[in-house]
Formats: sequence, structure tokens, C-alpha cells
Amino acid sequence: MNTNYNSDEKGYYGSFGGAFIPEMLYPNVEELRRNYLKISQEPEFKKEFHSLLKQYVGRPTPLYLAKRLSEKYNTKIYLKREDLCHTGAHKINNTIGQILLAKRLGKQRIIAETGAGQHGVATATVCALMGLQCIVYMGEVDIERQAPNIARMKMLGAEVRPVSSGSRTLKDATNEAIRDWISNPEATFYIIGSVVGPHPYPDMVARFQSIISEEMQLQLMEQENRQNPDYVIACVGGGSNAAGAFYHFLENEDVKLIAAEAAGKGIDSGESAATSALGKIGIIHGSKTLLMQTDDGQITEPYSISAGLDYPGIGPMHAHLFESKRAEFLSITDDQAMQAGIELAQLEGIIPAIESAHALAVLECKKFRPEDIVIINLSGRGDKDLNTYINYFKL
Amino acid sequence: MKRIQDQLREDKKLVSIYFTAGFPNLDDTKVIIENLEKSGVDMIEIGLPFSDPLADGPTIQASSTKALKNGMTTQLLFEQLQNIRQTVNIPLLIMGYFNPILQFGVENFYKKCQETGIDGLIIPDLPLEVYLSDYKSIFEKYHLAPIFLITPQTSEDRIRQIDEASDAFIYMVSSSSVTGSRTAFDEKQLAYFEKIASLKLKNPQIIGFGISNSTTFKQATQFQKGAILGSHFVNHLEKYGSHDAETFISTII
Repeated sequence: MNTNYNSDEKGYYGSFGGAFIPEMLYPNVEELRRNYLKISQEPEFKKEFHSLLKQYVGRPTPLYLAKRLSEKYNTKIYLKREDLCHTGAHKINNTIGQILLAKRLGKQRIIAETGAGQHGVATATVCALMGLQCIVYMGEVDIERQAPNIARMKMLGAEVRPVSSGSRTLKDATNEAIRDWISNPEATFYIIGSVVGPHPYPDMVARFQSIISEEMQLQLMEQENRQNPDYVIACVGGGSNAAGAFYHFLENEDVKLIAAEAAGKGIDSGESAATSALGKIGIIHGSKTLLMQTDDGQITEPYSISAGLDYPGIGPMHAHLFESKRAEFLSITDDQAMQAGIELAQLEGIIPAIESAHALAVLECKKFRPEDIVIINLSGRGDKDLNTYINYFKL
Repeated sequence: MKRIQDQLREDKKLVSIYFTAGFPNLDDTKVIIENLEKSGVDMIEIGLPFSDPLADGPTIQASSTKALKNGMTTQLLFEQLQNIRQTVNIPLLIMGYFNPILQFGVENFYKKCQETGIDGLIIPDLPLEVYLSDYKSIFEKYHLAPIFLITPQTSEDRIRQIDEASDAFIYMVSSSSVTGSRTAFDEKQLAYFEKIASLKLKNPQIIGFGISNSTTFKQATQFQKGAILGSHFVNHLEKYGSHDAETFISTII
């Protein structure tokens, strides 16, 4: 495969990526770098991975032709139903992959960071499945607003450790998970939830999530007798669902890629998470990428109504897609996303996660032709967001 | 860089102190440095505060957060250090994460370091490979010593590569942990100190992480050239303010 948009062997996507890690992390990251491709390409690994995706996660997820939505926007819209995955979002595709790797590397203790709690739940789930110890770091602010997911993690046997440093949200939870890894360098495996962090994480997570676009191609062939849509739309926080939805289309420039970022209360409001619009090149969590920061290089706190898009950086793959203009980046405000969320509920009977509602809101912002085939990656379901929907719409 | 090399040749165990610039008060930087030298400290690491210090424990994190709240910036640090070489002779290093340096402009940052009389840089998240491929020449141009870390997990091969790339000392992390105090080192750590000494590296080693009293200082310098105290001194600053380095140092040496 041509690799214009994938990482090179040092983990660079154009000028973004790499591994800017303290020496304390070097042995662990190096062990992973040397092994992730080798192990994940072994026939036994592939067999176990795909069997779990099928029997446990419920894949393939449907590629659903949304007729009423299509009518409204006068174009042909398919929804890739990642919301139907076990645990309610695409996150589990990655945690299944990483837990199988962790087991093969002989690790007994799993750590993870989580913002909204979706990745925490997906990690706690696979740890229960494999009988491994699980510790999830979560900012105190997020713990307050995501109570049901804390309960789920606890039921699954995980220990949730509240993070009180910094701004007490996702970026601080990630810092704390990294500190844990520094302090427990031997038997611990760190399952990162997005296409962020030092190489090889962005490439590894993108590969595990690439099942999404692999299925899209097969399913579109079945339903439309063509492999490629005209557009693929996905939301981007760190960017794992977008990485998976874009992956097999990256090198085919006929397929237009659209990334929906969270503008929060508006790009110029000071309360936003639209990294491509507001970020500059910098280093966060071991990766050189676009990053929201002050002129002095201090990382700033993002805001979005959706906890899953509330990250001050984007994965290096997406920084490169933005810079090279391979993908178009649109900023979607809280209000636009909430409207798109309730619209999908009422037109198609599907309540989307607010993250995914950002991707749906692109339909209002951009004109598509009647003959276009547009796939929107519906990355998660809205159950976890009911409280936010209730408060916003006074339901 | 020469000041560090000269100091390392002195026939004594070196006491090196880390503090976060801008803490407890914004303008304490100069007075802390001067007091430390008067108290007999041999070398100082000036911490450039960062919002997300990955390798640091709670004490240094909290001091960084406070310093940033106080208004500390990279530009301001250089202003505070402007005439430091008129009063201070011991080696001074800056310890900071790479992102603020990147935003200041790497070349500009190094140039300012040289102008103010900084002798070396400890950048925990600038790994050896990136240093060698992208930044070695710029360190050399401004006569700054690059200081690399090793840990108990670092392989001998890699230690030798780091030794080769270093030109002053190696920062030896005492145990697998983030920064923070402990009361004594255990057998395993002492064995690690002895093992590293037996490698006969060309650069002396200075031990950091977990040094907090005369016991840990003596243990750390049994086989190595010196030790760095950070979190424990930052705690002291918080309790007693910036004018009392002497009592602190007297509990160590």
C-alpha cells in the first residue's frame, strides 16, 4: 500500500507524530514498538481478534441506509452503526486488540485513561473478559458528570482512580496513567483509547479500528455494487473512530474525508475543542501534533458539551490529514450537534452519542449532490448522554 | 558547559538542587539561586514550569501549577536570570519539558541560555534519538551540555549510547518512579547504584529522584559523584519561603 497518509516506521505522519517520551518510558514503548506489528499479524492473533469482534462485540456492525435522513438532505446517506457494538461505541475494537497484545507480552496489570468513561468501560470490559487487573484513571471533574460509567467500570471489576491534578479532566487522567506506567514499568500494559500518544500507539490504534472501513467497503459493495463512497464523515476528538472510518480510503483521493471537530460554544468563544482551528504544532502525551496551547507553550483546557471530544490535541494522523488537506475539517458547535442528535432520533429512531452527533451535523453545513453516497460513522450510542440531552432540551 | 565539567572534576560529592522557577513567589528565582550558592550547593537545576509535567510527582506538579498561576513564562525566566552571572559562579542548568522550548523557538531558547550563562539542559521528553538527529548541533553551537536520564530499566547498550552522547554527567534516576521523596533506599537500589559504577562510564553520574535527607544523600553518593534534591526542597520552599536555603542544606551535608 502507498503510505502517503499512514505513519512511517518512526511513527511520523508527515511532520507529525514520533515518540517524545521520557527515558523512563523507553523500555516499555520500545517493547511495544518492536512487537505490535509482528504479534498482530500472526495468524493465531488475527483469528482470536476476529472471532472476538464477531462473537463478543457483535461485528460486523450494519451499514444502514438512512432513508428519511437521506430524503431530508436530498443525498444518499449510510450510517455505519458502531453504536451497536458491545459497550455502545467503537472503543471496544481497540481494547480487544490491545488486551490480546498485552496478554501475549505477558502483562498482568492493565491501566487506562478515560474522559467520558467510554474507553474506561471498554477497557474494564476486556479486562473482565481476560481476567486481568484493571485500573482506570479519570479526572475528578469527569467523574462528577459521568456517574453511570463509573458504576459500570466498578461492576466490571475495575478500580477507578480519581485524578485531582491540573484541570482534572482527560488530559490529566492521561498524564496520571503515564505516571503510573513510569512507576510500574514491568508487568503493566497501558491501553490508550485514541490515536494519540507516542509511536506506536497512533498507528496501532488506527489499525485495530480500521475494521470499520474494511467493513464499509465490503458492505457498500453488497448494497451499491461499488467499494467506495463519495464521502466519509466522522467526528474527531483524539480521532480513533475517524482513523478507523478513514483508514482504507486514505490513499484513494476520490473518497472525500470530512472530520467534524467540536467547536463548543464557538471557535472564538474561548470555550472550544476545535484543535485544527485553534491549535499550533506542539508536543502532548509523547506526540508531536496540533495542540491547543498558550503562546508560552502551556497546554490549555478545551471545552465541548461532549466529554469524548474534550481533548486539547488531535492524533498525528489527523494533524497530517488537515495540513495536507486530504481531509476537510469542520467545526460543529454544541448547539448544532444537539440539534443533529435529536433530528436523528426523530427521523430514524436512533439516539446517537453527542460525539457522533457532531458528524451528523455536517449534513446541515455542507451541500451534497443527490447522487452522492455519504457514509457517516455513527461512533456511539446516546444512552450515556441522556442527562445532557434531558438538560439541553428540557425533556 | 565548562563550569559543569570543572565542578565535576572537584574532589567532592556534589549537592545539586532543583527548584521550580516562579515558586513560591514569581520573583524568587534570583534570591533562591544566590542563597543556594551561599549555602554551599554545588549545582542548580532551574525548573521551567509546564502545565503537564509527565515525569513529575505531586510536589513538583503543584509547584509548577502555582508558578504558572503566578505568571511565570519562559521570557520572564530569562529576564530574571539576566544578570545572574554577576553574583553566581556555580553551574546552572535549566530543566524543562520540550513544548515550551519549542514554542519559544528552539534556537532562540538556546541562544538566551548561552547569553544568561546557563550551562546545560535537562529536557526529559527530548529522547536521545531526536536529540542526535535534530538538535545535537544546536546544543554544541551554544555550548550547552545535554543531560540524559537513565533508569534501572535502561539496558547496558543504551546506557553506553547515552554515555557516548553526553559531555558532562548522566542523570541517574534512582528507581522506577516519578519525582518525589523517600526516606531510604533499599538493597535493590543500592545494588543498582553499584552496578552502574562498575560500568566505568566516561561521564560521572548524579542520582536524582527520592533524595530527601543525609541518609539518602550518603547512599546515593557512595558510588556516584553527586545527588539532586528536588521535591524535598520544593516542599521546604513552600513551608519556609525562599530565604532559608541554609537550614535545608545543613540537614543534607
